[in-house]
Amino acid sequence: MPSNKSVSDAAITQFINCRILRDHRLQRDDLWVREGKVLDPEKLFFDEKGYADKLVDCEGSIIAPGFIDVQINGGYGIDFSQASDDVSSGVSFVAKKILQHGVTSFCPTLVTSPPAVYHKVLPQIKVSDGGEHGAGVLGFHLEGPFISVEKKGAHPEQFLRTFQSGGIEDLMEAYGGLDNIAMVTLAPELGGSQSVVKELCQRGITVSLGHSVANLSQAEEAVHHGASFITHLFNAMLPFHHRDPGIVGLLTSDQVPAGRTVYYGMIADGIHTNPAALRIAHRAHPSGLVLVTDAITAMGLPPGRHTLGQQVIEIQGLHAYVAGLNAAYQPPTTCSACTKTLCGSIATMDMCVRHFKHASGCSVEEALEAASLHPAKLLGISHKKGNLDYGSDADLVLLDDALNVEATFISGEEVWRKGP
Amino acid sequence: MRLVILDDYDLASEWAAKYIRNRIIQFKPSAERYFTLGLPTGSTPYGCYKKLIEFYRSGDISFKYVKTFNMDEYVGLPRAHPESYHSYMWNNFFKHIDIDPANAHILDGNAEDLETECQAYEQKIAEAGGIELFVGGIGPDGHIAFNEPGSSLVSRTRVKTLAKDTIVANARFFGNDLNKVPTMALTVGVGTVMDAKEVMILITGAHKAFALYKAIEEGVNHMWTVSAFQQHPRTIFVCDEDATLELRVKTVKYFKGTNNNNRCMYKTLEVYCKTF
Repeated sequence: MPSNKSVSDAAITQFINCRILRDHRLQRDDLWVREGKVLDPEKLFFDEKGYADKLVDCEGSIIAPGFIDVQINGGYGIDFSQASDDVSSGVSFVAKKILQHGVTSFCPTLVTSPPAVYHKVLPQIKVSDGGEHGAGVLGFHLEGPFISVEKKGAHPEQFLRTFQSGGIEDLMEAYGGLDNIAMVTLAPELGGSQSVVKELCQRGITVSLGHSVANLSQAEEAVHHGASFITHLFNAMLPFHHRDPGIVGLLTSDQVPAGRTVYYGMIADGIHTNPAALRIAHRAHPSGLVLVTDAITAMGLPPGRHTLGQQVIEIQGLHAYVAGLNAAYQPPTTCSACTKTLCGSIATMDMCVRHFKHASGCSVEEALEAASLHPAKLLGISHKKGNLDYGSDADLVLLDDALNVEATFISGEEVWRKGP
Repeated sequence: MRLVILDDYDLASEWAAKYIRNRIIQFKPSAERYFTLGLPTGSTPYGCYKKLIEFYRSGDISFKYVKTFNMDEYVGLPRAHPESYHSYMWNNFFKHIDIDPANAHILDGNAEDLETECQAYEQKIAEAGGIELFVGGIGPDGHIAFNEPGSSLVSRTRVKTLAKDTIVANARFFGNDLNKVPTMALTVGVGTVMDAKEVMILITGAHKAFALYKAIEEGVNHMWTVSAFQQHPRTIFVCDEDATLELRVKTVKYFKGTNNNNRCMYKTLEVYCKTF
């Protein structure tokens, strides 16, 4: 039953029997899609005298905007930081697999690597739309090499760098170019870094602070120059101290310019951050929380040894450690100051959403927005992604009440559905 | 006139919805013969619309062969504004039922030429064969649609300036800011509604009681435009107890008595005894 065709001939799909996330609330309402975008049904009714060609019965499911993962290093045996000749098939493989976690867009992340790796890998992947083939690529997230030695975490020390010559030139030399890059993580206490922050922001690249021993003023200066994200809060930075809160202090800093928000990534896998710490961050600054997986090669694979960048790591249950440090298994609640070094997680995005909701006691809407709206706002793409507003891309995830993924849609087309 | 008095708002809404449902079913509308329905907006018919949606969802009724004509719309208010009557009808009725969008008519308060828009609307009603059942409400000042006190009782669809009473009554929908309330509206005339085969007026709440008294117990008067329907061959006033507060006890008793008789009558009709 199509429209009078005054605006478009294309087919109209109406999702019925669903609760949609709109205006920060789950509402019992239908969702209309045409030509890959969310459609305004009232305009359709009055202007075009139109109605739906196809009905999709969601049987009471929740429809949320598709999840956006801004920090994912690989998965299912693929390591984005491995310089192969065919990086794109690896990225495509992961892009397809993560559809089942409700992820419809992502930033392939590279850990600290030598220039040769960047020069080989970066040119092979372009920003691209998602679809049946997999989640959309929003651009690379380059985590390093301009980070702190003391907080390198699992990054290989020999490839860390500082800004020697003019700042941005070092960056260009390391990466080989800045095309198709969505985000760069750097340490703002490094000499010359502030001008780099400014320059990157002017070019529309999101700057994130992480793997750093910066104090609060250095962090605030970087935010003043445009930095807007904190890479995996609490991990690889100075711990919160009441006289110098460090980067963590950005969550409640009064130096953040008016109208701007500092977002922060949380790996809500129950391991990287104690739930109590997660709650402190969430309560201090709920609107800035962005769920990330920081997933590594081993995500989706069985326990054992795998490569990450230039290093070898070991999987034990939901834990991933740098191999060779301490082979004996230790429960995560013991003091982790000097035993094992975590190096990324193997939790999936939907697991993170569920764990975040459970640990923080937040509402369903908040948990879903932390994985969709907030990352979209962080990357400056919330005019088309991360929400179900009229005109946004119809990237959707259908979930049951326990927030398990039932189906994933990109541009209104079903790209994954849970088997019986 | 028929005066149907129900105990409260919910029962009044249900009665009205059932009446509309039964009329449509009895009419047996088809592609060759549509049922034309005139519709109101506001807080009074809200419950009635909810009930009609329930009847649609349970399969009792379809709006596939129903044409609707709304009474009015603000002038100059963007159609997408949450308080426009287009938004009201979409959110509270149209989006929940199976009406063909081409059959849902509402005056366009943003038309280039308002006068032409009004004339075209009268034309559309005529082309649809006239209104079978016009459902309306009543303002606290006794107006029907936006036919404010002083409106001609033989008026047609036209632009009207809203009375102060109406603007004050509507302020609650515009954040209680009188400056935000539209001052003009397009409205069907009293004459337009009088042309309908049958008219049903919904009146609920104590604040409407005086207007109801003026409409049915005093004379036909252009200061209380609903009173014009005293001269219509087939009008039903559906109200709740609160709305009868200004009526004479005698009037109320008389109509409650006749309704009891009607109840028995309807029970004997097999297919259509869903009313009570």
